Amino acid sequence: MDAHASVGHAELEIPYNVHPRPDTGVYNGKLGIWLFLASEVMLFGALFSSLILLRTGAESWPRGYEFLNVKLATFNTFILILSSVTVVMAWSHLRLGNLKKGRIYISATVLCALIFLVNKAFEYGHEFAEHRYPKTNNFLAIYFTLTGLHGLHILGGVIVFLYFVGPGAKMWAHDPERYTNRIEIVGLYWHFVDLVWIFLFPVLYLM
Amino acid sequence: MALRRQIRVGSQWMYADEAHKALREALRVMKDEEGGGEHGGHHQPWIRRYVFSTDHKWIGIQYGFTALLFLLLGFCLMILMRLQLGWPGTAFSAMKLLGESRAPGGVLLPEAYNQLGAMHGTIMIFLGIVPLAVGAFGNYLVPLQIGAPDMAFPKLNMISYWCYAPGGLIMLASFFAPGGTAQSGWTSYPPLSVIASQGQTWWLVGMVFLITSSLLGSVNFIVTIIQLRAKGLSYMRFPFFVHAQFVTSFLLLLAFPPLEAAAVLQLMDRLAGTSFFLPSGLVVSGQALTNAGGGNPLLWQHLFWFLAHPEVYVLILPAMGIVAEIIANGTRKPLWGYKSMVFATVFLGFMSFVVWAHHMFLTGMGTTISAFFQTTTMIISIPSVIILSSLFISLWGGAIRFTTPMLFALAFLPMFGIGGLTGLPLGLAAADIHLHDTYYVIGHFHYVVAPGTIFAMFAGIYYWFPKATGRKLNDFWGRVHFWISFVCINGVFFPMFAQGLAGVSRRLYDGGMQYQHAKQIAAQTNPFMSICAIGLLVAQVPFIINFFYNAIAAAMGHRDEGLGSNPWESTTMEWAATTSPPLAHGNFEVLPVVYRGPYEYNVPGAAETFIPQHMPDAVEPEPRGGLLPATAVAMREN
Amino acid sequence: MTDPAAAVEPGVDVHEHAGVGDPNAHHHSPEQIRKEMRVYLTVFFGLAVLTAVTVGACYGLNLPVHTAIIVALIIASIKGFLVAGFFMHLLSEKKVIYGVLILTVIFFIFLMTLPVSHHANPFGS
Repeated sequence: MDAHASVGHAELEIPYNVHPRPDTGVYNGKLGIWLFLASEVMLFGALFSSLILLRTGAESWPRGYEFLNVKLATFNTFILILSSVTVVMAWSHLRLGNLKKGRIYISATVLCALIFLVNKAFEYGHEFAEHRYPKTNNFLAIYFTLTGLHGLHILGGVIVFLYFVGPGAKMWAHDPERYTNRIEIVGLYWHFVDLVWIFLFPVLYLM
Repeated sequence: MALRRQIRVGSQWMYADEAHKALREALRVMKDEEGGGEHGGHHQPWIRRYVFSTDHKWIGIQYGFTALLFLLLGFCLMILMRLQLGWPGTAFSAMKLLGESRAPGGVLLPEAYNQLGAMHGTIMIFLGIVPLAVGAFGNYLVPLQIGAPDMAFPKLNMISYWCYAPGGLIMLASFFAPGGTAQSGWTSYPPLSVIASQGQTWWLVGMVFLITSSLLGSVNFIVTIIQLRAKGLSYMRFPFFVHAQFVTSFLLLLAFPPLEAAAVLQLMDRLAGTSFFLPSGLVVSGQALTNAGGGNPLLWQHLFWFLAHPEVYVLILPAMGIVAEIIANGTRKPLWGYKSMVFATVFLGFMSFVVWAHHMFLTGMGTTISAFFQTTTMIISIPSVIILSSLFISLWGGAIRFTTPMLFALAFLPMFGIGGLTGLPLGLAAADIHLHDTYYVIGHFHYVVAPGTIFAMFAGIYYWFPKATGRKLNDFWGRVHFWISFVCINGVFFPMFAQGLAGVSRRLYDGGMQYQHAKQIAAQTNPFMSICAIGLLVAQVPFIINFFYNAIAAAMGHRDEGLGSNPWESTTMEWAATTSPPLAHGNFEVLPVVYRGPYEYNVPGAAETFIPQHMPDAVEPEPRGGLLPATAVAMREN
Repeated sequence: MTDPAAAVEPGVDVHEHAGVGDPNAHHHSPEQIRKEMRVYLTVFFGLAVLTAVTVGACYGLNLPVHTAIIVALIIASIKGFLVAGFFMHLLSEKKVIYGVLILTVIFFIFLMTLPVSHHANPFGS
């Protein structure tokens, strides 16, 4: 049973860390990650709102493909969507009890993410080579800020996935359900990052 | 049901089997501690136990000490400001602390005054009150009041504190930046803040740390309250304090991110040469800026106030929570209108997201938009009135115990009343044309925050100090602290309304003396207000001594033997954990079960004068003098 | 007050009965999980197609700006719905999560619309 507190033990047991609480139906981490994602919606929302304000107030505003490489970004979009699929496959295999397949799919996710970041690096490099910097105009400023922040979120996800496919996998040995839950939680974060890109891509590149 | 044998242990009555259990546990803990020296009890190294603790009680204490230090610092900055305002251009030896560049010969420079103003606001709000109200009181009390063993994510809690403390240090470090610290107001409006000196960059970086700390903390609070509440603790049985913290956490969660985004954008403007907030054709000191332009200073204002308005409710809600707890306890009867208060709090939280542009009435908004925000602002005054009225009505018919915490809690009511009422003309767009950016505004918000929130914080400290330490603060000096503070604080802030109505603008380094229309009233009121401010400083001395004397005594192990674990005879569960909960993990031997609402004082027909939330029904009346550790399950089995 | 357990929700020990598509259930059968995996693949193909359509319409056909914005946002919303609904299993999530998200959506709408409405209604208009 989860719900007991222990005085005098080294590790305090928090109820509903792994098994859901009956009346809410969720375990703590799941509620926690959704709350965090809610705050992220407001974070990216503020930047989108800034874009709307700046664009509607501007005398002229370029269309994204005047400056940016749409083909590379389209490829990146497919890669990121693919990485979302690999995450959810990883989680499914873990629920089936297969750690090996789970780790393979997590590694595939990391690979997709790294491809995305490398492409982004090429994109930025190309922009700088053409002397297009954040300070050049407001479109580029918001482009670099939005994609830069998004890229940092991808990097964060990569680091966490690497931890779980590496040293963190030890958790599976003594608590496979907890490990599966953790992958589910990171997966939710990852899908959100994908979701942001699904809106970022057309807004920046195609409009 | 057979009577269980009761024995008297010191000043407390205990069930005999409980006493024996507690004695065995105490002997075990003592043996542990003797055996390991500093590593006793948990074999945790000192740094894990006291520096990077994951125990919500200790983290609450960390937040409390840090926040109180920052409050004192912010207060001292204000004293320097008031010296300048009372006697503009006079040399003071206290000013020399700021160094020659800011106060040559002890005379404060206008630029330095701006630094004091910006940092006073920033430190008080972000480094002082929010960490104290949410980080200290919230962290310490919420898990105890809901019967949880700790917060849902103890490690995240530790990280939250360790984002706050470095953020605070970065803010402090900004004082040493070339050109001084941030000096564009706590509101950091561009374009001024974009062209300001390096200290502003530090301010922005510090804000990112502080916002991160708040975000992580708010996730923790919400999950803890929803998931870890004890069996039987339905939402409408929460102590009002928990409701207040719950709504506050949602405000922090959803309102802070836009400010984080805005801080990033301002950093980009300052460091990467972008023009998010810089309009085209800007000329500074005769030189045209070389940036691309096309930006909008109002964009910053929208993003800033999107947070900063909910932020003021973050400042007041925990305070209302504390006052509600103390009033219920001090009147020995349930809160009047508890349900209305809860719904009002939720409605207030929701509405706080749609009123922000009442800070922007003078930015060139059209009448439609102004009317919209004026309407929402008027509507949001209703839940505040409901909460304040309920607290007032709760006093009616109560057997009031005028303890020191109760004095502060009672004073909160009319002081918040004045603060709230003076907000009404500001929320009306037409009146705001005259009052915006005058001392009227400063008077309004200080009434809510200073004799409002800070008095509630003092009330909470006097009230829960015995819980955390096993000692009461000295009552006589507490009353001295209260009365002198109460008189002086009104002396400082009440004249501000007159000043504002007469047209004295805010953020003037000479308090209005340079303006023909303002100098008479400024000369009449400013020195008086500054003297009261110094009186207010003097009033804090007994508190500081009282606090540290008793905290150090408690840390050295000198508990107050006659105190008992429930000195205020309260019904809420935080008093059910043993006094000064051991820093060992886990708050309750067995997690409590809740059987009733939070304020069962003087229930008609009951034998007891108060019934704690977690006491089961089929038990002999509680002998006076103390509360047993919660062992509801064991008792039910008897 | 009688039995305190009566005031309490069903006890901690009772595990919820696992429903189809209920991601929180402990007792999901392997067949159900494999079925979900097939759904994920279907959704992936749907997303890929929609991406191609967006790029083809806005970039390939070079739609005018206002049309492009509307088309792209509609398609992006559908893609977003698919990711949130299936990959993040929001379609079978619990009420408490829905509550948090509805609140967020409302505030998100305020954040998107109110600042720019300032622009639309300047002083003197």
